[in-house]
Amino acid sequence: MKILVAVKRVVDYNVKVRVKADNSGVDLANVKMSMNPFCEIAVEEAVRLKEKGVATEIVVVSIGPSTAQEQLRTALALGADRAVLVESGEELTSLGVAKLLKAVVDREQPQLVILGKQAIDSDNNQTGQMLAALTGYGQGTFASRVEVSGDKVNVTREIDDGLQTVALNLPAIVTTDLRLNEPRYASLPNIMKAKKKQLETLIPDALGVSVVSTNKTLKVEAPAVRSAGIKVKSVAELVEKLKNEAKVI
Amino acid sequence: MTILVIADYITVGQTNTAVAPSTLNTVAAAAKIGGDIHVLVAGDGVADVAAAAAKITGVSKVLVADNAAYAHQLPENVAPLIVELASGYSHVLSAATANGKNIMPRVAAKLDVDQISEIVSVESADTFKRPIYAGNAIATVQSSAPVKVITVRATGFDAVAAEGSSAAIEAVGAAHDAGVSSFVGEELAKSDRPELTAAKIVVSGGRGMQNGDNFSHLYSLADKLGAAVGASRAAVDAGFVPNDMQVGQTGKIVAPQLYIAVGISGAIQHLAGMKDSKVIVAINKDEEAPIFQVADYGLVADLFEAVPELEKQL
Repeated sequence: MKILVAVKRVVDYNVKVRVKADNSGVDLANVKMSMNPFCEIAVEEAVRLKEKGVATEIVVVSIGPSTAQEQLRTALALGADRAVLVESGEELTSLGVAKLLKAVVDREQPQLVILGKQAIDSDNNQTGQMLAALTGYGQGTFASRVEVSGDKVNVTREIDDGLQTVALNLPAIVTTDLRLNEPRYASLPNIMKAKKKQLETLIPDALGVSVVSTNKTLKVEAPAVRSAGIKVKSVAELVEKLKNEAKVI
Repeated sequence: MTILVIADYITVGQTNTAVAPSTLNTVAAAAKIGGDIHVLVAGDGVADVAAAAAKITGVSKVLVADNAAYAHQLPENVAPLIVELASGYSHVLSAATANGKNIMPRVAAKLDVDQISEIVSVESADTFKRPIYAGNAIATVQSSAPVKVITVRATGFDAVAAEGSSAAIEAVGAAHDAGVSSFVGEELAKSDRPELTAAKIVVSGGRGMQNGDNFSHLYSLADKLGAAVGASRAAVDAGFVPNDMQVGQTGKIVAPQLYIAVGISGAIQHLAGMKDSKVIVAINKDEEAPIFQVADYGLVADLFEAVPELEKQL
């Protein structure tokens, strides 16, 4: 079984981002970039499925700038077999990305596509579901457990009041939640080996996809800042403040 | 302009009993956009939910798609229903619940429009604000889509009254059964405490709780306050408590009157889930913990002494 994993290059999760002075966006100059944490979980899950003998090939794809090759090389070092970069300098919406991924799915014909449930920059939580809509496949979003058996995959999903398990016909789309697995680190020998693995670059036009957006970002602002209050010295003082000052109990 | 709101509902055992509180916040967002508000209730055995939806203030019509194919609101089946109905509407809204997040992008892609996720304010009928980068920036986004597909962050909008209307109820839609997915089972959390996202007071624990058993201190404090209990990602990842208790960027977003953070350091992604609470209390023995930078009242203390003491003094 072939698995396609989609990964996104995003600002590293440890970076405290700053809004640009002209409110046009977030300042990403000289900021550390990494693979989106949910995408790391997606790569790890695919590698585990290959180690179990369920998957035979893992293709990793990213839609983004040429620098996203770094994240693809990371995925190759973690165990993906080859990589595809659909190079686009524009900032794409989730629908634009989903359309490009659909074109890659048509070329690669994977049985399972694994994506992160959301990227920590746009926080959209849309792409996997949109790809499922465009392919007509079933979707197992926010997965905390993935089990392939025969021509189906059972996906246990993190939902608001607990866990839900659905069975999906293959091919299917899975998006990862935090508890699906703990991603490994790439070893140095594997990082060296990854440099020799195939990385193909495509452009959106070559896939016959036009990405026109119906969303336009007018401005990006810093949020209202919440300032620190006071330190109380005792539980008794805390209770007194909550009762008489904040009046919340 | 007519707006379609997709209802979330509460299921007890096998029975769908009532509209979820988050739907009342979503109707409030629809009211800010302006225009007629219709509510779609899709499911299997949802007559009671539809009757409750018809009473929500501001709702003029309830559409009911009651069919076995819509049981558990599988997105493969519900999305085509919404797509079929959408052409008659200017906006389709859902709460940004697990269910709304699952279904709505599938609807948007089928309609070939971009979705706007987790709006926290309505600037005009086509312009909305939403947090990005875990709430470290707020984007103002304008949509030119003929049908605007939007999810609503419940904490951004004060709920409308659950009673006040007597809207017409209309059955709609042939059954869509895509046949690619099926429900296998679920393990739902059972709790007599208020629901996390709707509670007036939330008590949350972090890694400082040390283990799952120690959460009993928080349950007992919560019961005294009539509060819900939440947790940080660290506590959930460590297996202290189940995932449905997680508050944060990728967990639940809460904005209660009072949020008591116990043994929580205050990672960015946790703050993203609770920093709009009216009053924040932090109890942590590390006085450098970032949580104190957003807390109205900070208490530097050992939580195992402070929490029982707090419970006693209330």
